[in-house]
Order: sequence, then C-alpha cells, then structure tokens
Amino acid sequence: MSKKQIIQSDMSSLLSAEEIAEIDAELAHVPYKSGAAIDALKIVQAKRGWVSDECLRGIARHLEMSDEELEGVATFYNLIYRRPVGEKVILFCDSVSCWISGCDDIKTAISQRLGIDYGETTSDNSYTLLPVPCLGACDRAPVMMIGDELVTHIDDEKVTALFGKAIRRAEE
Amino acid sequence: MEKVLTRNIGLDQKPTNLQAYEASGGYQGLRKALAELSPKDCQDIVSDSNLRGRGGAGFPTGMKWSFVPADEQCTPGHKYLVCNADEMEPGTFKDRLLMECDPHQLIEGMILAAYTIGADISYIFIRGEYIVATQRLRDALQECYAAGLLGNNILGSSFSLDMYVHPSAGRYICGEETALINALEGKRANPRAKPPFPQVSGLWGRPTIVNNVETLCNIPHIIDRGADWYKTLGIGEDAGTKLFGVSGKVNNPGCWELPMGTPIREIIEEHAGGMQEGYQLKGFLPGGGSTDFLTSDHLDLAMDYNVIGAAGSRMGTGTMIILDDRTCPVAMVLNLIRFFAHESCGFCTPCRDGLPWSRQVLQDIEEGRGQPEDLETLAYQVSYIGAIGNTHCALAPGAMEPLQSALKYFYDDFKQHISNGRCPYH
Ligand SMILES: Cc1cc2nc3c(=O)[nH]c(=O)nc-3n(C[C@H](O)[C@H](O)[C@H](O)COP(=O)(O)O)c2cc1C
Ligand code: SF4
Ligand code: FES
Repeated sequence: MSKKQIIQSDMSSLLSAEEIAEIDAELAHVPYKSGAAIDALKIVQAKRGWVSDECLRGIARHLEMSDEELEGVATFYNLIYRRPVGEKVILFCDSVSCWISGCDDIKTAISQRLGIDYGETTSDNSYTLLPVPCLGACDRAPVMMIGDELVTHIDDEKVTALFGKAIRRAEE
Repeated sequence: MEKVLTRNIGLDQKPTNLQAYEASGGYQGLRKALAELSPKDCQDIVSDSNLRGRGGAGFPTGMKWSFVPADEQCTPGHKYLVCNADEMEPGTFKDRLLMECDPHQLIEGMILAAYTIGADISYIFIRGEYIVATQRLRDALQECYAAGLLGNNILGSSFSLDMYVHPSAGRYICGEETALINALEGKRANPRAKPPFPQVSGLWGRPTIVNNVETLCNIPHIIDRGADWYKTLGIGEDAGTKLFGVSGKVNNPGCWELPMGTPIREIIEEHAGGMQEGYQLKGFLPGGGSTDFLTSDHLDLAMDYNVIGAAGSRMGTGTMIILDDRTCPVAMVLNLIRFFAHESCGFCTPCRDGLPWSRQVLQDIEEGRGQPEDLETLAYQVSYIGAIGNTHCALAPGAMEPLQSALKYFYDDFKQHISNGRCPYH
C-alpha cells in the first residue's frame, strides 16, 4: 500500500460507515463526486450537529476534493455549522417585518434570559442563538425557529414560558 | 371570486392528501394532458394564458418554456425542471402556504411543466427552514409514486418523470436561478454568467427550467380549464389570480388569493383590515424587500405588473410590507440593507463592498453620526450599485430599490436625523 492510500483510508475512517453509506447513496444522483458536497456536509451535520475540521477533511477525501474547495462550500451556507452548536439551534428572524413588530427587544430579552448573544451557546449546551433571514411567516411576526419548531407571535410571555426553565437548569 | 390556487386551503390550513386533492378535481389536468394533449398543445395553452412568473421578475412562463430546445436540437440526455421554493425575500410568505397546505397542486403543476418541456428529472429546491413543507411534499411524492403519478410510464402513458425534494443549505442568493443551479450541483451558489441561459445549458450543462412555486401551481388549472378561462380571472391587464400578502402594523396581516389587478387599497384596507389603531400608513414595499417604496398616493393603483412598474416600483412577489408613521424609514432601510449585505455572495465588488458601505452610512445616520454629505454618498451608491450591468446579478440593484425610493419619499426624515444628530423616532 502506498503512503498516499494509507492517508486516504485514514481520513475516510473519520466518517462512520453509516455516513459513508448515506453519502454514497447521494453519489448515484450526481455525475461527479464533488456534486454531492452539500449533501455530504448535511449528512454529517445531521448526525453530529456540526461539521468539524476532521469531518470536513474526511468528506473532502471521500469526494476527491481539496479541503479548501470543500471549506469554501461549507462556509458559504448559513445552515452548515463549522463550530459546535447546542442541542437546539434558535434561528431568530431579524428581517424587516419581524423588526417592525419589535423583534429587537425580544432578541434582547432572549439574550438576557439565556445569557448568550448571536453565535453563542448556553453553558448547559441546550441552545445556540443565530439570526436568520425572513422565515416566510411575516404575517405571524415576530417569529423564530427552535430546532425544527416554528414559534410565532413571540412576546415576553412566550419568552418566559419557553426559556424560563432553560435558565434555571443552567444555574443549577 | 372563484378561488383557484387556494381552493383546498381552509382556515385550519390542514394539508390536502392525494385522495382529497383528487376529489376536488386534482390531477384532472394531468389526465387530460396525457390522454389528449401533446407537449406542444400544452406549451400553446400556457403561452396563450399570459401567465407571468410569480418569482419576482414576471417573465412570461410560456415564452420561457419555449426556449428549451427540442430533443432533435440538442445532444441526447436529461432535461430538468426545477421548482424554486427558496422563498427568502424579506416580507414574502406565499409559497410556504401553497406547499404546506396543498402539496399535490405543486406536484401536478411540475409534472405538467416537465411533460411540456420534455424533462425527465425534477427537483423542488426548498429552503432548509421549511421543515413542515418539506415533510408534506415528501409524503405527497410517496403517494404519487404509489399511485403511478410519478416514475415510469405515468398513468400508463409513455411519459416518465422522477421528482426529488432538495432542501437548501441556506443563502438568499440560492433563489437566483443560476445560483440555485450551482447549489444543486453542490457548489458555492454564485450566479452564473448569462448567456448561456439555463433553458439551453443549466443543471449539469443540460436544458433546465426554473420556475417559482406559485407559477407552477397555476399550471394544472390552466391546462384543465383553458387559457381563455384563465385570462378572465384577472380584473386588470394581467391574467389569473395571485397570492397577495400584507405584513406590518395592520389589523389582520395575512395572505389571500385575489384577482390580478386588485387595487392596493382593497388589499390593505379590506383584506388586511386597515392600519392598527394609532398607526398611519406612511409607505409600503409592494412586493417584498427588494422593491421600491410606494406611498398613500398609490393606494388606488391596481396590482398589475405594468401598473406597479409605471409607478416606479415592482410587483415582485406581491407580498407587501407596510411602513407606518411610528416606524423610522431610515432604520427600516438599514434593516433591509443589512440583510442584503449579509446575503451578498461576494462575487462582484460593487455588491460585496458596496452594500456594507451603504449599511455603514445608514447606520451612522440612524445612530446620530450622520453628516450632510452622507446623503450625496447614498445617492451615489444608488446610482452606481443600482445600475443594471454594474453587478453580476440582480441582488445588488434589488437592494438599492428600497433605498433609492426612501431617499425620494422620505428625504426629510434622513435630513432630520442628520440635523438633530439623533433618530427622531425614538
Ligand atoms: C437575489 C435573488 C433572489 C431570488 N429569490 C427567489 C426565490 O426565493 N424564489 C423565486 O421563485 N424566485 C427568486 N428569484 C427569481 C429567480 O431568479 C427566477 O427569476 C424565478 O425563480 C423564475 O421563476 P418564475 O419565472 O416562475 O417567476 C430571485 C432572484 C434574485 C436575483
Ligand atoms: S450582485 Fe452580489 S449577489 Fe449578485 S453576483 Fe454580485 S456579489 Fe453576488
Ligand atoms: S420578516 Fe420575520 S418571518 Fe418574514
């Protein structure tokens, strides 16, 4: 076995067999391997919550891309996370209709309650807070997503109901 | 008025399954097309209907489809139909409703569009945050495959089509159709140079049509009931119905299917219930965050493409955002420009560097650090970044639309910020 091949298999082993199988299934739909780059990033992120440097290198080797090229793809997209995130990501809409409906104050309230700003994760690892462009629910503004759930008409009461518990848990 | 696109969408907004969709006349258009109409017939019907794209630009759908080369005119291989379900234009919330509540209507429209242009593979490119819509579309696709409505030899005909739901990894620029194609190819979503147009060389270099969700939802009805019927639905110059929406400080924000050409006043005052108590209308963006402001002087205009265009704005997505008299127009434009600056793909300099510059100038003005010459700077930015041809795609010119019209209609507000050294709204 040449040295190059050893490195290659080492890198691929950074991905689980399950991840590799799912990525290979995507390869059937694309004419060349790098065409599955975004799908592969999403597959790994779905399992691990985010895409670490090691995983990125593993995917790049598997798809026969350079690390830099794949990094260029990964960092382009808002929903590919290159840093660890909490158990749930809060995607907080800061676009125009939610802004008119007072989302700035609500964001401040959430930040205070959870003790985190945009891009940060609570100390108990339950939430990461990120801004997101218009969630297409402007008639129910202000809105956010907590994990897969859309929360509409957010007000102080809802913030307390949703995150009152979270902060107590963090303090315990 | 007869409901067409929303006929299966009740107040509870429950999804319509295959059985319910067929009971309401669903897949009649498809059955008719496969039994009686050639692709050329379908093409002619859609062209005659005067349907214009609902994704923002209003391009005639029939004409767009006609640019796809016939099989004899291109090398053998796949042709693609892509549904643009990225819906990230700020203030826009219409495609979500259509997909969550009546997924089969979109699928039928896509099968018919694919039949017309000769596509054998189709994708629904949907923004990643639309979790519910994605699941409902996947459920509906499964029902279709089981019922012989997708796959090989659809309904026993010689036409075959596969369809996939493809969630985006998230970026506004993915909604631009050539950037969307790059995203589907697993790349960074930078827009492509045109020509070649995607109709000739799109996904993987093959002929590709990209259409908006709402555009495609019109197709089953047009094929089933004909172009003449469709044209009678509009009450102004344009054909058909449209989902119009209103958000902001109105009593009843929402989204309604109304005839093309419905007066703006009717949409805001009747359907959206008028302004909330204590708020007055100061202006509005008629069709999403990248359209020019209009004011109360324009309330009696009809929501038709050319009418809104002649007034200096665009129909865009048809979902209006209301600026009230207690919301600062400078801060509202700052919010919009911040979005566009963040979502710039970075490919060309006027957009990548120009939009953050606009954002900085606006932020200075809003936070009381503005200087009189800042207004000239903004006007210069509008003329340079806003000019079609100075940037690689329409994102940057679109970003300048609310800014240029705010400078036109709310100039005094900008001046007051600068002379008072603070925002007069808070
Ligand atoms: C920056 C940018 C974002 C866009 N976003 C969307 C979108 O989210 N959905 C959409 O249908 N069209 C969007 N468009 C318009 C598309 O490029 C394209 O014109 C449209 O999908 C064509 O469909 P139609 O002919 O059915 O309207 C966007 C355009 C630009 C320049
Ligand atoms: S105008 Fe902006 S979004 Fe469009 S190509 Fe240039 S940098 Fe990218
Ligand atoms: S602006 Fe927040 S959902 Fe549209």
